[in-house]
Amino acid sequence: MRRQQRQRLAFLLVSGVAWAVTIPIMLVIGLIATRGLEGMSWAFLTEMPREGMVEGGILPALVGTVWLTIGTAIVAMPLAIGAAVYLAEYARPGPLTSAIRLAIVNLAGIPSIVYGLFGLGLFVLYLQLGTSIVAGALTLGLMTLPVVISTAEEAIRAVPQEFRLTSLSLGASRWQTIRHQVLPHALPGILTGVILGLSRAAGETAPILFTAAAYYLPSLPSSPADPTMALPYHLYVIATQVPNMPLAPQFATALTLMLIVLSLTVAASVVRSSYRRRREW
Amino acid sequence: MLALGLLNMSCGGGRSDTGEAVRMIQNTGSDTMLQLAQAWAETYGALHPELSIAVTGGGSGAGIAALINGTTEVANASRRIKDEEVAKLPSPPQEHQVAVDALAVIVHPDNPVSQLTLRQLSDVYQGKVTNWRQLGGLDAPIILLSRETNSGTHVYFLEEVLRLGDKESTDIFASQTLLMPSSVGITSEIRRNPNAIGYDGLGYVTAEEKVLALADSDDGRYVRPSVATARDGSYPLARGLFLYTSGQERAEVKDYIAWIMGDDGQAIVARLGFVASEK
Amino acid sequence: MDASRAALSRTTRPTRSGNRMEPWIERAVRLAGLSAIFIVALIFIFLIRLSLPALTRIPLSAFGDLRWYPIEERFGLVSLVVGSLLVTAVAVGIAVPLGLVTAIYLGEIAPPWLGDILKPLIEILAGIPSIVLGFVGWVALAPLVQRLGAPTGLTAFTGGLILAYMALPTIISIAEDAIDAVPKSYRDGSLALGATRWQTIYRVVLPAARSGIVTAVMLGIGRAVGETMAVMMVTGNAAHVPRGTSMLFQPVRTMTATIAAEMGEVARGGTHYHVLFLIGALLFLITFAINSVAARLVGRRRTGEGGG
Repeated sequence: MRRQQRQRLAFLLVSGVAWAVTIPIMLVIGLIATRGLEGMSWAFLTEMPREGMVEGGILPALVGTVWLTIGTAIVAMPLAIGAAVYLAEYARPGPLTSAIRLAIVNLAGIPSIVYGLFGLGLFVLYLQLGTSIVAGALTLGLMTLPVVISTAEEAIRAVPQEFRLTSLSLGASRWQTIRHQVLPHALPGILTGVILGLSRAAGETAPILFTAAAYYLPSLPSSPADPTMALPYHLYVIATQVPNMPLAPQFATALTLMLIVLSLTVAASVVRSSYRRRREW
Repeated sequence: MLALGLLNMSCGGGRSDTGEAVRMIQNTGSDTMLQLAQAWAETYGALHPELSIAVTGGGSGAGIAALINGTTEVANASRRIKDEEVAKLPSPPQEHQVAVDALAVIVHPDNPVSQLTLRQLSDVYQGKVTNWRQLGGLDAPIILLSRETNSGTHVYFLEEVLRLGDKESTDIFASQTLLMPSSVGITSEIRRNPNAIGYDGLGYVTAEEKVLALADSDDGRYVRPSVATARDGSYPLARGLFLYTSGQERAEVKDYIAWIMGDDGQAIVARLGFVASEK
Repeated sequence: MDASRAALSRTTRPTRSGNRMEPWIERAVRLAGLSAIFIVALIFIFLIRLSLPALTRIPLSAFGDLRWYPIEERFGLVSLVVGSLLVTAVAVGIAVPLGLVTAIYLGEIAPPWLGDILKPLIEILAGIPSIVLGFVGWVALAPLVQRLGAPTGLTAFTGGLILAYMALPTIISIAEDAIDAVPKSYRDGSLALGATRWQTIYRVVLPAARSGIVTAVMLGIGRAVGETMAVMMVTGNAAHVPRGTSMLFQPVRTMTATIAAEMGEVARGGTHYHVLFLIGALLFLITFAINSVAARLVGRRRTGEGGG
């Protein structure tokens, strides 16, 4: 039958395209993994860069990324969880709630370089924080808000209504109910959102370009008011700016960054799935 | 608002335990000088562990802008500071010529062209000459590579090559010129692209790029860039590299610059392929 | 769901407060809820405030200049806007059909075990930082594009291809959701009438999933317009309006790359500084429009993701 032949041809084409999409992904991952492992070593992760960054390791960039990620969590978590609680527990349908949701969608869509501009304008210059970990963390924190808010709101909404009713009927106030019944049950879901947000923040370059990142620092940052090296920017620097840079440490830096971001993503999905398995409703 | 409260907390906490243990010197500017600046910072930092010298690139314009904005104490520049920049500074800046650099014009090693006059180079970068055949090479389009506009090297090349030193000229780079973020961007692309032409400080050139000999007039002698030809002035594209300070810098910054101008600092200049500044 | 919760909240006002802090906590939560609006407004106000001097200092017609050469005070935005448009067009042109077809394959054709391998792979792709993809583009893809015959590997096409792979995970997952959401009865009906599986996909499932697919396109555009680092590394950054049949294989300079390359270097308060903020404001407005339309299309199904 011709129709059957046409279907066979179509399916062949479709699967061909699907492979055309997935094979390059495998190639990219394979390339970074194999070439990255060549330059990877314990010393590479724990040494300061030397000889104009051609020799030595990536310790200050690694530490800087950890600092920035922790800072991002400190900035984003209270605000995002507060907003999620508001949207899930307090907000009533209406123009204000729609406006908040529209704002969140748009926050998610603002290009990261525009966050960088804003961070430069507000935190670095207007509030005079200078190029510093604080300014970078604030910028990254704002950028991660929408992801954390959406995931946390979903988690809070997933807590069954009966929990709230029971608590309220026992005389607990609304906040006590949220604090002692809703949030503990939603915690793993909220955590998933936070980790997902941080995985994005850890990999971003554009927002820290003008707010936190330094090309080279001979020592580790000693306070949140210091500028810092960071892995994504360090990769950009050694790939395009450092003379006579061998390829091995470039790939190893790319691999390190990719592993950090992926392990955060994996951690998020582990938290999510173990919580789905454990939950008793 | 919540974020701002948090910010104050984390900021206050950080500053209180910073102490006076490590003092920071900010050093920003020319990418051409980045290698130099970093080698100085590393060596001097090893001698003075109480100092932390933070080196940032971005270009000569960035360094001087940072000096004006007060975010750096030492600006690296591969060109002299402009009068309008001096006017923006609160006090007259201190200029220190720390080295001389020869600007090399480079192509892929397979490119048969090996010498150009400055006028030919000017025509190439203005887009008036677009095929290598017109310069005695193969029949292939010329891919123009340049540094970003904020780079002192870009400005130097614009004034000395494109405009051939004519202050009245308003010629600018052809719009199809690829603007690379750094010297390394240019050398990397040169190495893999037989059609490309670019320029870089001599200190950045390796055996994998071919350096062109240049003549400053149509009947002039073609000279290849080297430490010797940069010093005796026979190579047409040699220029000073400078450090600028506000004139009100701290004592440790003065000491640092004195060390750079001294024998140890100048030995590093020579080791990295630049020409040591003559006293 | 929302209505019942609202009703609940009205009937169960706390009668005895266990804690004097409680009104304050509730106020703080409300403020946090409003913070999203506050932040979007703040970003917008800052961008506008810092771009206004550019608009007052130079005549509007100056932005129509074909050249972008800031050190000579030439601030033509044409080449930058065209650069962004070209790269975005390539990215969307590649990512949308590929993403859609991949979603069909994963949702309708591939055996489940294969889906279990391919889907995590696509999720990994979503997790690779853009700078890492830019790095791969710089060291591996650009030389490849050059070998295909382009005069240089740093072109609009190279940038668009990298961006397409960045946008693919979003597009695939939205398209999959849209296809999944088509009721099973549609499929059953079509198959019962004697249509083949392919005819069912082509004639019934895809048309029914149209709005989801449009959303995927919109978000893909939003993502591509705003991407910075990877694009800066592989497009060559020539502020040039490419012409002719090979226009995709010429270098371009995008709006985002211009900000990233130049903002660190300008003197504060100069015209150039304010023009860069103006470009930022333009990017904000473009993505705001795209995302607002996409949000209307998608309703409440999805709020996260996107950006770049």
